[in-house]
Amino acid sequence: MTSTTAEIAATAPGERVIGDTVLAVEGLETVFYTRAGMVRAVDRVSFSLRAGETLAVVGESGCGKSMTALSIMRLIPDPPGRIVGGKVVLDGTDLLQLSEPEMRKMRGNRVSMIFQEPMTSLNPVLTVGRQISQALMMHQGMSRAAAMERAIEMLRLVKVPEPAQRVKEYPHQLSGGMRQRVMIAMALSCNPRVLVADEPTTALDVTIQAQILDLILELQKKLGTAVILITHDLAVVAETAQRVIVMYAGRKVEEATVEELFTHPRHPYTRGLMASIPRLGLMRSQAAQTGGRLQEIPGMVPPLFDLPEGCAYAPRCERADDHCRAEYPPYEEKRPAHWTACWHADD
Amino acid sequence: MTSTDHSVELAKAGANVTGWWSRLVFLALRFPLGAFGAVIVALFVFAAIFADAITTVDPTSTNAAKSLAAPGPGVLMGADFMGRDMYSRVVHGARISLAVGVGSTVLGCLFGVIIGLASGYLLGWFDLLVQRVIDIMQALPLLVMALVMAASLGPSLQNTIIAISIPLIPNVARVIRSNTLAIRELPYVEAARAQGMSELRIAVRHVLPNTLAPLIVLGTAQLGAAILTEASLSFLGLGIPEPHPSWGRMLSESAAEYVRTAPWLVIFPGLAISLVVFGTNLLGDAMRDLLDPRQRS
Repeated sequence: MTSTTAEIAATAPGERVIGDTVLAVEGLETVFYTRAGMVRAVDRVSFSLRAGETLAVVGESGCGKSMTALSIMRLIPDPPGRIVGGKVVLDGTDLLQLSEPEMRKMRGNRVSMIFQEPMTSLNPVLTVGRQISQALMMHQGMSRAAAMERAIEMLRLVKVPEPAQRVKEYPHQLSGGMRQRVMIAMALSCNPRVLVADEPTTALDVTIQAQILDLILELQKKLGTAVILITHDLAVVAETAQRVIVMYAGRKVEEATVEELFTHPRHPYTRGLMASIPRLGLMRSQAAQTGGRLQEIPGMVPPLFDLPEGCAYAPRCERADDHCRAEYPPYEEKRPAHWTACWHADD
Repeated sequence: MTSTDHSVELAKAGANVTGWWSRLVFLALRFPLGAFGAVIVALFVFAAIFADAITTVDPTSTNAAKSLAAPGPGVLMGADFMGRDMYSRVVHGARISLAVGVGSTVLGCLFGVIIGLASGYLLGWFDLLVQRVIDIMQALPLLVMALVMAASLGPSLQNTIIAISIPLIPNVARVIRSNTLAIRELPYVEAARAQGMSELRIAVRHVLPNTLAPLIVLGTAQLGAAILTEASLSFLGLGIPEPHPSWGRMLSESAAEYVRTAPWLVIFPGLAISLVVFGTNLLGDAMRDLLDPRQRS
């Protein structure tokens, strides 16, 4: 998919410096062995990411977004899970080929992750400063004093007031937004090439959400980090990302630039997602069609151990026909730099 | 439990109390019984440490002239049949009890923590094996286990400490394991992993400190039990050998023969044992109220 990224780079906002490809995921495949059978949580997912770029991965709960993120970090609990195929190439190194100690040197250093729950993602018995400095001491070989200096600097960078005071505090003394800032400081302390943000704002108040997203974007510009933003919130996508991947039942079903995806969604699932969020202005025509009411997508993501023969979305899709139910649609470029897997994408 | 959320109360009251002294006063008012227990324990520790300074007579020196002397001037708590000063023996006995109590509690907790953490973190066959061994050990009461251990190891201060610490290990290991099981699944452990930490480092730096709060409670409660067990072992002749002044042994050698003629030989060591165990239990209860997250809810 590298050919598409070049074209996307051209359409990206001017102020943003998009560099070379830093991360290339090819045919990533992660399975879980459960009592109900083998579950393909991530099914041959490929994408690439360039320095300074933000790639959003969207989809409902259980569609494989988080599993894709954890697979990139190689944090899939094994057993029951296992990455069975594909490549995750970071700056020319395939992470999946590394030994566990080598991989540990990458985590938190070259590729970092922010989690969904700022309230519980910090250790309650260690001071904030200790937690930020740990990675620095481990990966950069800094002394405790130097790492603490840098921790204060990082807190200043993520706009925590009175950073010199805050490093001595414990997580319970901070608010949710502050904790997420600390998490970001931790994740970015070693200046990683790629930041994986797994629903970083889901657990926060709306006003704080905007602040945290702005912060991530600002730091991204400053540090040139590539960001994979995992979210189910399309509003967040529209605000922050340059490119979007839509996932369904472990597979990539659509990929395009943000503008392209929002103006010309091809896959019925993407359309369904968009119709299910309240919005002002943008898709008025669609709202008019549906009598101004919000649309829901009927049903749920099918259990991954029991996927239908053909398109996984067919049981919930209003356009599904026999062809859809019989054969999985190919993943094709339907418009320039706009890829999707749907038999009816051209309609 | 009358009140539940001490941390909030503490925070509220703590907003205008800053120094450790005022915080201590606040806690003492909040837990009067616990404070009483703490005072008893503090006195006991004081007596153990400064035993030589607050007594004038060697606890092991005999004096035929004072044999079975009743409490009075010069012999504050009387003297035993060999004329050894009871006051001095009771005070020095605190040293033995403290050594055994703290020694065995620390030793038991140390091994219990290592075993519990490894068991809860590694899981798999190791956990299964360890838990079954612990089941077997827990089927026997503390005293019985300690008796078996003391009898096979032989009487000495060191062996008594070891004998009492071993039955403590399963209790501690259980508590630590169950906490480890809960904590290893928490997001901050995952976050530590995402930072590139090794499993050993995560277990020791991130999981272990979070399991320790209940250990403080357990340790305080066990302190009393250990002291009582030492007294029981010595009473049965398996604990601290002569001539060391052990409260339990003082009781055992006097109880049968002199309890009618010289009751002070039984009353004072008995009182010492009761008081210390009472004190540690009160302190332990207060600690439980203060630290147990389930009671904060």
